[in-house]
Amino acid sequence: MKPGQESKGAAIDLESISKAYGGFKALDGVSLRIEPGEFMTLLGPSGSGKTTTLNVVAGFTDLTSGKLLVGGRNVVGVPAHKRNIGVVFQHYALFPHMSVGRNVAYPLTLRGVDQAERKARVARALDMVKMGDFAHRYPSELSGGQQQRVALARAIVFDPPLLLMDEPLGALDKKLREWLQLEIKRIHRELGTTFVYVTHDQEEALVLSDRIAVFNRGRIEQVGTGRELYDEPATLFVGRFIGDSTVLRGEARSDGTSTALRIAGETVTAPRRIAGEASPVMLLRPEKLAIRRSGQDAAGTTNRLPGTIAEAIYLGSGSKYEVRLADGSVAIVRSPLTGDSFGLGDRVELCFDGADAKLLADDSSADATLT
Amino acid sequence: MEMKPLTRVILGLVCLLVAIWLVAPMLVVVPMSFNENKSLAFPPQGFSWQWYQNFFTNPDWMSSFLNSVKVASIVAALATVLGTLAAFGLDRMKARPANLLRMLMLTPMVVPGVVLAIGIYAVYLDAHLVGTLTGFVLAHTILALPFVLIAVSASLEVFDRRLETAAASLGAGALTAFRTVTLPLILPGILSGLLFAFATSFDEIVVSLFITNPYLKTLPVQIFSSITRDADPTVAAVGTILLLATTILIGGGMLLLGRERKGPQ
Repeated sequence: MKPGQESKGAAIDLESISKAYGGFKALDGVSLRIEPGEFMTLLGPSGSGKTTTLNVVAGFTDLTSGKLLVGGRNVVGVPAHKRNIGVVFQHYALFPHMSVGRNVAYPLTLRGVDQAERKARVARALDMVKMGDFAHRYPSELSGGQQQRVALARAIVFDPPLLLMDEPLGALDKKLREWLQLEIKRIHRELGTTFVYVTHDQEEALVLSDRIAVFNRGRIEQVGTGRELYDEPATLFVGRFIGDSTVLRGEARSDGTSTALRIAGETVTAPRRIAGEASPVMLLRPEKLAIRRSGQDAAGTTNRLPGTIAEAIYLGSGSKYEVRLADGSVAIVRSPLTGDSFGLGDRVELCFDGADAKLLADDSSADATLT
Repeated sequence: MEMKPLTRVILGLVCLLVAIWLVAPMLVVVPMSFNENKSLAFPPQGFSWQWYQNFFTNPDWMSSFLNSVKVASIVAALATVLGTLAAFGLDRMKARPANLLRMLMLTPMVVPGVVLAIGIYAVYLDAHLVGTLTGFVLAHTILALPFVLIAVSASLEVFDRRLETAAASLGAGALTAFRTVTLPLILPGILSGLLFAFATSFDEIVVSLFITNPYLKTLPVQIFSSITRDADPTVAAVGTILLLATTILIGGGMLLLGRERKGPQ
């Protein structure tokens, strides 16, 4: 780390990292800069390369080509046990023959920390994850959530400048997961360490991260804050992976400043166009769509598409509707409770402001990877 | 499902019969060892400790017993180290060549002892290994190795290798990770392999009969030659002592294992 930096965390630089298994490219030129103390989430469907990236940084997997700097130091070729990086695994990986206390003391013992200090640091780490009373228990006597908290204590007890977490909450139920997400966020704030977190759960990524890197087929599609990814997706894949979305496809016509899509006889327009040759699609977030009954006056909206209600879900804070459009595609709409309510089969019109539609290049793989 | 009383009784009787059938030959030896006369007749006559005394004072018996202990101890150590290493190597190899190699290493269990014995004997004659400690240790190690391999492979099968990855992330090099994580977790397998290896060598008779000579006899060879020469009840006394020793060893081991299984509290 450069002098003068306040964070205790290490910066990480991935420079066009590739990893090939035979002919299969698990990672295909991944470049990413992670700032010291940042909470970076690697998000993507399974097989997208996010876990491979984590394993490369941890030193569990060799890379085929590229450069990897941790805290400014080139670590390519450095074995995992000399990297001083904390790792939390999905499967906890606690040593079953050691008590909780000895598990957490393990990395300190290896580093020759003397007994008095070891005891103090183990107690501090266990307190941080609220497992202070369990030092004498064995892993088999703990629940999954408790085991993962012990594993977290073990990974931070030796003050690594970087903590990697590989779907750490993947094996836990929803309620526990949500609570532990907040715990992890708190611990990240208290430690000031760089966290790199792998998940396929976009909600989890939004809750936790400073920034998110979206992986797809061995490449990074986009890096940004949750808001950036949601509001300004760079690709159709990102737009569909983060949050709910409606994708409108149709015969496209572009002039200099706007794009029109012709969908089953109706035309919708957006005051934008995309560069390049790819055919454009429109991506709309559920809260940017409105529905009203057919035939009702629809003044003030630029675009209208007829459809029928295919699903109506009451969410408490509002309602979520799935609207089947004339071309067979389905739009997702979220509306506040105060508005009209609709029932299955109701004929409606889908309305949106063209300025709210994101124009993105069509990418059929975005659908295939998601389903 | 609730069992009918009659079924229960019949089942109990059958179990009892099987148990008697299995244990009786062993228990016959015990009374015979206290026989007053020099015969292996059953039921025995009178009561005496003389055959036990003979075992502990007769140099033929004592030296063969000590030979067996010596050979079996070296074999146990050697086979455990080699078998554990082999199990490790096979565990971390590609499946196909590993299976072939594993089968090769298990052949001593399958090949008839006599065939093996003839082969070993032929080689030993040339190599001047007949009747030597080295000869016994080498031959018995071949026979004991499969037992260690099987026992250690079984515990490696259930060992979670991801724990080694976790140990590495915490700062443990390969050897340290093995010593602090892998070894303690597969130790039960290694110990049971060790026990099997010792027992295999200690009561091995077929190969031993071929490669023995008057200067180096193991206990089974001594028992066999003694019983073919005359009906010496010392054999029964030895049998009783061994029975007692194995019962204590196995029973103790099971107690220890049982405590382990419940988990350290």
